[in-house]
Amino acid sequence: MKKLILTTAALALTAGMAMAESHAMTVRMGTEGAYPPYNFLNDNGEVDGFERDLGDAICETAGLTCEWVTNDWDSIIPNLVSGNYDTIIAGMSITEERDEVIDFTQAYFPADPSAFAAMSDSFDGTGVIAAQTGTIQASHVASMDGAELVEFATPDETIAAVKNGEADAVLADKAFLEPIVAEDGDLMFAGEDVVLGDGIGIGVRESDEELKAKLDEAITALKEDGTVNELIEKWFEGMTGPY
Amino acid sequence: MFEYCADPQSIQGFQWLSCYLTNGKHLLFYQSFGVVLLLLAVTAPVALAFGFVGASAARSRFLPFSLFGKGYTSIVRGVPDIAFFLFFVIALDQVFEYLRHKAKCPDWELPIRQGNDFVVCDIAKLPLSNSPQWVHEVYGFTLAVLTFAIVFGAFAANVLYGAMRSVPRPQLETAEAYGFSSRQTFWRILVPQMWVYALPGLSNLWMILVKATPLLFLLGVEDIVYWARELGGTKNPRFSDYPHGDWRMYYFGALLVFYLLVTRVSEVVLDRLMSRLTLGQATAGGEAQRKALA
Repeated sequence: MKKLILTTAALALTAGMAMAESHAMTVRMGTEGAYPPYNFLNDNGEVDGFERDLGDAICETAGLTCEWVTNDWDSIIPNLVSGNYDTIIAGMSITEERDEVIDFTQAYFPADPSAFAAMSDSFDGTGVIAAQTGTIQASHVASMDGAELVEFATPDETIAAVKNGEADAVLADKAFLEPIVAEDGDLMFAGEDVVLGDGIGIGVRESDEELKAKLDEAITALKEDGTVNELIEKWFEGMTGPY
Repeated sequence: MFEYCADPQSIQGFQWLSCYLTNGKHLLFYQSFGVVLLLLAVTAPVALAFGFVGASAARSRFLPFSLFGKGYTSIVRGVPDIAFFLFFVIALDQVFEYLRHKAKCPDWELPIRQGNDFVVCDIAKLPLSNSPQWVHEVYGFTLAVLTFAIVFGAFAANVLYGAMRSVPRPQLETAEAYGFSSRQTFWRILVPQMWVYALPGLSNLWMILVKATPLLFLLGVEDIVYWARELGGTKNPRFSDYPHGDWRMYYFGALLVFYLLVTRVSEVVLDRLMSRLTLGQATAGGEAQRKALA
């Protein structure tokens, strides 16, 4: 039996070696796949959304071959630093805490106001507030007076918590909440928007300066020729391209 | 899938449902059932083998072996599963990559640990970053099997260790009286007789293993619970051709049925196995069988 395990391990090793021949630069793009319109899985189960379009455009401009990978939000940074994929492109805001662990390219999406969505407009910024674990919104709620934070692993669950009464409101990126509030008769924006973070960038390993430079260059080029604006207008209704 | 599915907004009722349930995402969901069953089928024997090796080592008279066996079972049983899964998968992957790095890139000068980063040369990556996605998935699956086998092997080792000590001493003494060597006694008397004592404990482990498969997602393998949550979540008409509300209850309901079915089938199989193993044993069950036959 031990042999069996050794054989499996050996198989995994040789399978890797057989592929070593081709040396094209492949970049594995890590995303969450649960945060429309930034990134989500479409009906065919493929990664889709603003970041998919933008990521593909960046890879084309920079001459990289890109492969999309989905990963849980919780472990998205540990898996980047241990090298399971090479970038995080998952609506991740650039913050100081994250910048200590990983590096970010320049922002490809401006600092988006975060908004509260609730079932009634009587919400006044206190009470139980839902947010996704490990997000800037979660740390913001934790620092608010009179608010109690409940965290969920996925964005979808934060909405469900408000709808079933577990939480009084949810705090999330306005661009994520906007289509939900628009299509759902019960939910509405409440309270005042807050601007958090320094915009959204692509996360890369700190040691990966070469890749970071390539991506930065491509983002600059795409900002200049208007592609970034075009994609923002395509995916975010009512938003004009800021670059 | 079907031709009328081209425009889902225009169809209703059964037709809509037939399109919805056969879209690409649902096909991936159905596949994940196969992945889970395959994982169970592969992991169970491997874990049992780990357990057998661990138990035999623990009762060895050679001190290092017995320390190894006892250390393995007590450490792994003591660590919470989820911590083990999160830590182990990254650590194991890094060990493999480190070994390959040492073998393949001897003249690499940069440190492997740079701050938080774990950096090995490109050709030492496992799998290589330019290998197709299925290679990554097979690798993830292999890691999952290995991790499950190590964790459940430790529990199985403990069960088997107990079972080995439950075989009545007179059985072994008789073997020795007939001149069996200790190796012969072990393989011909102890091992065939211990299973009847081990089976209740092992069947518990099997049931726990069946329910532990959602941990797979921690290892990057998309399992049935992941897809049920993803498919059941609210779908916005702007991003899906099949918008719907929060349907997680239905999807989890389907999973409930699936798990109950697996439990039922397991029970039937384990019952048969138990009566097969009891045959001719010096236990109450074996005695009852003998009387019923006579």
